[in-house]
Amino acid sequence: MSRLSVFGLLGLVIRRDLLLAMRRRADVLTTLIFFVMVVSLFPLGVGPEPDMLRKMAGGVLWVAALLASMLSLPRMFSADHIDGTLEQMMLAPQSLTIMVLGKIVAHWMLSGLPLVLIAPVLGLQFDMPADAIGVLMLALLLGTPVLSMIGAVGAALTLGLRGGGVLVSLLVLPLTIPVLIFGAGAVEAVSGGMDAASNLSLLGAFLLFALVFSPFVAAQALRISME
Amino acid sequence: MQASPKLEVIDLACERGDHRLFSGLSFTLSGGELMQVQGENGKGKTTLLRALCGFVQPVAGAVHWCGRNVEEWDEDFHAQTCYLGHLNAIKDELSALENLLLTAGLSGVQLGEKAALDALRRMGLRRKEHLPVRVLSQGQRRRVALSRLLVVDAALWILDEPLTALDVGAVDLMQELIGEHLSNGGMTIFTTHQPLHVAGIETRELLLS
Repeated sequence: MSRLSVFGLLGLVIRRDLLLAMRRRADVLTTLIFFVMVVSLFPLGVGPEPDMLRKMAGGVLWVAALLASMLSLPRMFSADHIDGTLEQMMLAPQSLTIMVLGKIVAHWMLSGLPLVLIAPVLGLQFDMPADAIGVLMLALLLGTPVLSMIGAVGAALTLGLRGGGVLVSLLVLPLTIPVLIFGAGAVEAVSGGMDAASNLSLLGAFLLFALVFSPFVAAQALRISME
Repeated sequence: MQASPKLEVIDLACERGDHRLFSGLSFTLSGGELMQVQGENGKGKTTLLRALCGFVQPVAGAVHWCGRNVEEWDEDFHAQTCYLGHLNAIKDELSALENLLLTAGLSGVQLGEKAALDALRRMGLRRKEHLPVRVLSQGQRRRVALSRLLVVDAALWILDEPLTALDVGAVDLMQELIGEHLSNGGMTIFTTHQPLHVAGIETRELLLS
């Protein structure tokens, strides 16, 4: 029997999840619209003073991104769990870890990447300077994949539990605090005239760390959940 | 496929919750053999099949494939099995063809579109290949799921209620497919509440009680 290479399998899983998402576009749009709405509510709530908005922009965008990325987490494995595809994935003569990594990448492309791309528009709404917007995008680009990866572990652990949707947020949000601190910190540093390099380096380190461990841990969690 | 595949179940015991479903279960299944697992509802038929796949950890005993514990085989054992459970593992949003190509791909089979279409037509899904599965009937969905058996070159078929929702013609077709699989040296273990007879093969029966 011919087996796919690691990259062949990764590509197949990503293509499959993207294809499914394209057939069910509403799910992708809800995350994005939620993000835009939450961010837009802040100027209405705290008042339209440009100084204050500029100061809180980084934090607001990051918290909103965190919440938005929680929205689609429960769906990450549950659809495959309900229709039996997950069983077949576990029986496949290929690495479940790689398949999980593929699902994480697809999840990020559908829920994290759109946030990165729309962030500059929302940044302008808060009158952020151009260099701060650049750093914000870079920080989101490094940070949102970490959210998907930590989220995958939580989603795998809560698979099949009643009320798993809320539970996964409660489980995952505390673990994402470091990402929030250094992500928002990067934007704040640039706004304050300092260098964001240290914050971004730490985000990059989180990303590498999560990339190595989270697919494996999530795959093990899935095996436990399936019993 | 190996020359003479052999599945040995040695003194197997499984529990669900605190309830002992069966214990001391032993049997051997060799190439060309067909085994039907029988028993009332809740006697552990599905659990036995899932234990063979490794989804359920047995409380005691072991499953050996060609003389080696399946836990040592790991992925190589999975490459030689095809499991079809109660769930069809197909996506409503995708067409029958896309479903088959993707499930085959995940099982490590690189399948051409032509081979996939042939398999679907063999399963009686001609002209339904490009329809989204969501518009197909339950029986037709089951046929899509069963078409996986045709494209995955596995020695051991583990079928949990394969005949659910199938009409008479499809049941005949399944009997024919299992017959071909056995004559090619494969083996099948299945559960069903409907009669299933394969011409020229004596069905071995395993009663869980």
